[in-house]
Amino acid sequence: MKIFTGFSFKRFAAVVIKEFIQMRRDRMTFAMMIGIPVIQLVIFGYVINSNPKFLPTAIVCADHSPFSRSIISAMRTSEYFSIAQEVDSEQQAADMLRRSEVQFVLSFPENFSRELVKGQRPQLLLELDAADPATVAYAVAAVEGLVDSALQKDFKGALRRPPDSLVDIRIHRCFNPEIKTQINIVPGLLGVILTMTMVFITSLAVTREKERGTMETLLSTPVKPLEVMTGKIVPYILVGYIQITLVLGLAETLFDIDINGSILLLYLTAFFFITANLAVGVTISTLAKNQLQAVQMSVFFFLPSLLLSGFMFPFRGMPEWAQWIGNVLPLTHFLVIVRGIILRGADFMDFAGHFLALSIFLVAVIIIGLLRYRKTLD
Amino acid sequence: MPGKMNSEPTAGTVKTDFAIDVSNVTKSFSGKVVVNSLSMQVKKGEIYGFLGPNGSGKTTFIRILCGLLTPDSASGTCLGLDILKEQDAIKRRVGYMTQRFSLYEELTVTENIELIARLYNVPERKKAVREIIETTGFGGREKQLAGTLSGGWKQRLSLAACLVHKPELLLLDEPTAGVDPKARRDFWEEIHNFANAGITTLVSTHYMDEAERCHRLAYIAYGDLLAKGTIQEVVDGSGLSTWIVTGGNLGALSVELRKSGTIEQIVVFGDSLHLTGSDPEQLEKAIEPYRSRPDYYWKRSRSGIEDVFIYLTEKKARDNY
Repeated sequence: MKIFTGFSFKRFAAVVIKEFIQMRRDRMTFAMMIGIPVIQLVIFGYVINSNPKFLPTAIVCADHSPFSRSIISAMRTSEYFSIAQEVDSEQQAADMLRRSEVQFVLSFPENFSRELVKGQRPQLLLELDAADPATVAYAVAAVEGLVDSALQKDFKGALRRPPDSLVDIRIHRCFNPEIKTQINIVPGLLGVILTMTMVFITSLAVTREKERGTMETLLSTPVKPLEVMTGKIVPYILVGYIQITLVLGLAETLFDIDINGSILLLYLTAFFFITANLAVGVTISTLAKNQLQAVQMSVFFFLPSLLLSGFMFPFRGMPEWAQWIGNVLPLTHFLVIVRGIILRGADFMDFAGHFLALSIFLVAVIIIGLLRYRKTLD
Repeated sequence: MPGKMNSEPTAGTVKTDFAIDVSNVTKSFSGKVVVNSLSMQVKKGEIYGFLGPNGSGKTTFIRILCGLLTPDSASGTCLGLDILKEQDAIKRRVGYMTQRFSLYEELTVTENIELIARLYNVPERKKAVREIIETTGFGGREKQLAGTLSGGWKQRLSLAACLVHKPELLLLDEPTAGVDPKARRDFWEEIHNFANAGITTLVSTHYMDEAERCHRLAYIAYGDLLAKGTIQEVVDGSGLSTWIVTGGNLGALSVELRKSGTIEQIVVFGDSLHLTGSDPEQLEKAIEPYRSRPDYYWKRSRSGIEDVFIYLTEKKARDNY
């Protein structure tokens, strides 16, 4: 073949040697080559858990009896459920579901024990937040057997009944009755897309000025750091809003995903999320020496955002340390907010804590960015 | 003259005849001294040449003057403003042109100038931009993207951009590097027009012919100031004498002379050989054995500015190592 004729091993070796020298000099690329596999291995190895346990559960108990107690205790020992709270009313339980404080609500009706003893097969209602079908699948699959075997212990000997005849477990999948994966993914994508474009675009924005020398022109004029930083951020906020509108429109037309909550609230909170990501981008660009480094640093931010925010894997299935990292990332909080508004019709007070976390992140990053922005070239 | 009148840092403008009057400017990068205790006085309305080899600290010094770098130590004034304390005020009154083209390639000529005008809060912006476009000859090219301009025009655009806020002092960092001779000539014409209009210019360059277009100049190498004054003063001050040899095989002669080691400086030009030394008699004695050779034509000459600069640089290099 023509491409192999005249192949010189020496010339080939010259290119190989040059490549290794460059690799060694470029610390950032070197760090990427080592860092990415380690991060991926740790995250995929430890963090991905498609069989999450200890999901927070609320109990509405209108019938305190040995039976309800043994069911609750069986749920506890199964490790799928973590009984967070016993609440008095259905309304209170529904609020907790909407605020995403609990994954499950188990309701014992009045007269549960009496009907049980009479063999009338009382109903047991398990409401669950099914927005992310993956999170709840195993727990739901386990629940029937769990309840049955717990009760069988109380009905021994002559009282023995055939399996599955004791109670009628009704499962009510809230927010996603058709168990569509898109219901959870599409609103989440809104946050992922914003993170990706906002961080990457702005991290390149300042580094490009440095690389091309235009930063020197800017610095030689009376323009102030805050003016440059805000001036660079604001146009992209508009871009972010165009993206949101586009994603919401497509979600509605292509996937039939309605916005249950206030769209105005969504746009308002999105402002803080977009700005937080832009501030991250600008801060990266003040640290990076060139555009390649800016992209590499953006990847280091984007990867954990994607993997640890609860977008790809059930947040509640992650080990505690990973949840801790995830809670630092703005995407984690925005996902709760955006899924809350779109799927659960949440209002501001339902996610105030997440909003606060997002705001703290924003302020912290802006301060770092301003400290890092150099007014001079030293 | 030492900067006595400015030895005390004073707030606000100090009455002075100097556009630049700084002393003991020192800057080092990670332990390496790049500018070593440099002093400079530039009179108002003067064109001051700033010469020196690559890496001699010219760019660093200019960046310190316009507040882009913080010196390790320095005192004095720029336009009567303290160079350490009043950098913001200095920036507003100085026009700085960077060594490499550093405007926005994806903006048009007008958009670039408009941007700079806005950053300086130029009053009556539209009019000022229009004016500068006319005077720098960009009429008809207003909508061309800066990235598509040729080297000469790019440099012209940089100049236009640093003039739009009507600075009193121009700091030009190798403005004519890589520009063709015609564009260079036009450029210098323009700088002389500015000087006539009272604008002071500090211009760094590599070209020796451009040194002759300056009223006065300073020569630095390895961060040290080696000479300053008018060309006449610099040449006289050096105390050098030069012989010029023409004709014959100059290459062979230069090799031979170098080998003999009796001549301090031998520089080959296209059609001549410049032999320079600090002691005229010693130089004459050294060339004596070769003068009888046929084909060569020997002439005693006044040392050129280039001979002096090369001599100073080499001497400095020898002293350093």
